[in-house]
Amino acid sequence: MNGVEVRGIAKSFGTTRVLDDVALGFADGAFTSLLGPSGSGKTTLLRIIGGFEAPDAGTVTIGGEDVTRTPLWRRRIGMVFQSYALFPHMSVAENVAYGLHRQNIRGAAAKAEVARALALVELEGFDARRPKQLSGGQQQRVALARAIVTKPRVLLLDEPLSALDRRLRQSMQVELRRIQRDSGLTTIFVTHDQEEALTLSDRVAILDGGRIVQEGAPADIYERPATLFAATFLGDANLFAGTVRGGAIETASGLFRSTDPLPPDATPVTLAVRPERLILLAEGATIPEGFNSLEARLRLIVYAGPISTVLLTTPDGTEMKAFCHSGDAPNDLPGAALRLAWSPAHTIVLRS
Amino acid sequence: MTLVGRSFIALVLIFLYAPIAVMVLMGFNASDLYALPFTPSLHWYEELAGNDRLIAASRNSVLVALVTAILATLLGTLAALALSRRTFRGRTLLRLLLLPPIAIPWLITGTAMLVFFFWTGIGRGLHAMILGHVALALPYVVLVVGTGLAALRTDLEEAAMSLGSTPIHAFRAVTLPLLAPSLVAAALFAFAVSLDQFVVSYFLAAPGVSTLPVEIYSSIRKGFTPEINAVSTILLGASVALFLVFAVLTKVGGEK
Repeated sequence: MNGVEVRGIAKSFGTTRVLDDVALGFADGAFTSLLGPSGSGKTTLLRIIGGFEAPDAGTVTIGGEDVTRTPLWRRRIGMVFQSYALFPHMSVAENVAYGLHRQNIRGAAAKAEVARALALVELEGFDARRPKQLSGGQQQRVALARAIVTKPRVLLLDEPLSALDRRLRQSMQVELRRIQRDSGLTTIFVTHDQEEALTLSDRVAILDGGRIVQEGAPADIYERPATLFAATFLGDANLFAGTVRGGAIETASGLFRSTDPLPPDATPVTLAVRPERLILLAEGATIPEGFNSLEARLRLIVYAGPISTVLLTTPDGTEMKAFCHSGDAPNDLPGAALRLAWSPAHTIVLRS
Repeated sequence: MTLVGRSFIALVLIFLYAPIAVMVLMGFNASDLYALPFTPSLHWYEELAGNDRLIAASRNSVLVALVTAILATLLGTLAALALSRRTFRGRTLLRLLLLPPIAIPWLITGTAMLVFFFWTGIGRGLHAMILGHVALALPYVVLVVGTGLAALRTDLEEAAMSLGSTPIHAFRAVTLPLLAPSLVAAALFAFAVSLDQFVVSYFLAAPGVSTLPVEIYSSIRKGFTPEINAVSTILLGASVALFLVFAVLTKVGGEK
């Protein structure tokens, strides 16, 4: 069992506090993303787990063993760097064999392992090439093969896809997930790309300002963000500031209801509604029973292939955004009044 | 390219190489008064073979340059590593202090060393010259190796350590091979600085123990013979060979 557990992790660089009392568990064999904007501390947390940095406080355990004081070279982790960090003076095969040699696996045994790892990343026949002779995507695969060939207890990935173009990145995401499933490696993946985190992960942990803001399965985090930051960093959200009053929330745009548990009356809260949850009602259509609803002026329809983004402004000046299938997009001209409705079940209450 | 352009480049090359060419040629001329017509002869090389003073001075020069190259590269590389990979109090100050000696006139450095070595009892002689030359070469080594280190990503060593290398092994297996061209360049620099050195060597030479530049200078004062041309030609050949070795090594060791 190679689950990873961090507890009470704190780290400062000079006077800047980068991580502040971070506690998080990474289940054995799970793919967990650390998601956050730059400066949120996600890379530092990864580097502390790997042993590249020492925490000022707190403990790191791998498979139940406290490794906080174990030096990097004895932690048995696999790391894929953002820059790949391939050894430029070695061939692809020598790069992959490096870790095996450190474990005293040599000769035919090492050769077989290298061949297997290169086959796993679909780079057969590239053994003799130098890193310089490979494309970015190929270098990435070599880095991955080098990191997993040693059978590490944990695989750490520091934004490994960020340097690739969009199409290659998407195919590498699929590859990465396949390799991770096949190898069953406990994997921790650092990214600032929310879509990547949602697509790849079993679990996502959102970091902001050196703290874990929320942690959970991708769908839970997306549908039930716990904070304003989580709601806006992960996906789009329409926000209404308001106060709780008699079982509903009073906002400048109207009185709205939510199925979320409400704090006591007069508590200030923010409501968040995902753009794809907004229904644009046709002229004269009835509002579904119990739905929240408001009238807004159409500002612009942005066409993007299958999906169109409808931008609107409410009478009190709040800007709103709705996603709809391009076929269902309204035919109205900018300035037309449209009625929007959404379910109280999709009205997320965030405490301010 | 235009005719004017070509002529200009030709003039630059003549300006650079004509005096050297004359010197090399005259080493093979029989006349000791540079008289023409040119009569090919190895006379001056034979003379040189019998000139123990010049030969001893040449041997001293190469010895001092070799030892200087080794010591300066070793010390300079350690300094460059500390300056680029460690954080410690006074690092910036140290980095700044390493550079001014390059700009201080050698006459002043030489005088200062003479006084200092006399005062501390180090005295004069080959050992003093080596000390002086190492000091002169050190800033160049730190510059060259430091530039090489700056071009090396630190995550390569981290990658090696994540794969099970201790820091020392990671340095040996990854950093050192990648740094090799810079180390060779630095050593050659140090060797050249030492071999070329006249002023400091002149001050630090003990009676009867001198280097080639110092010996040549004394010979010229006594009366110039084309033997000097012969020995200079040999030195020139050695320098060019050294440069070629470096060019080949860096092409092999460098990327591409």
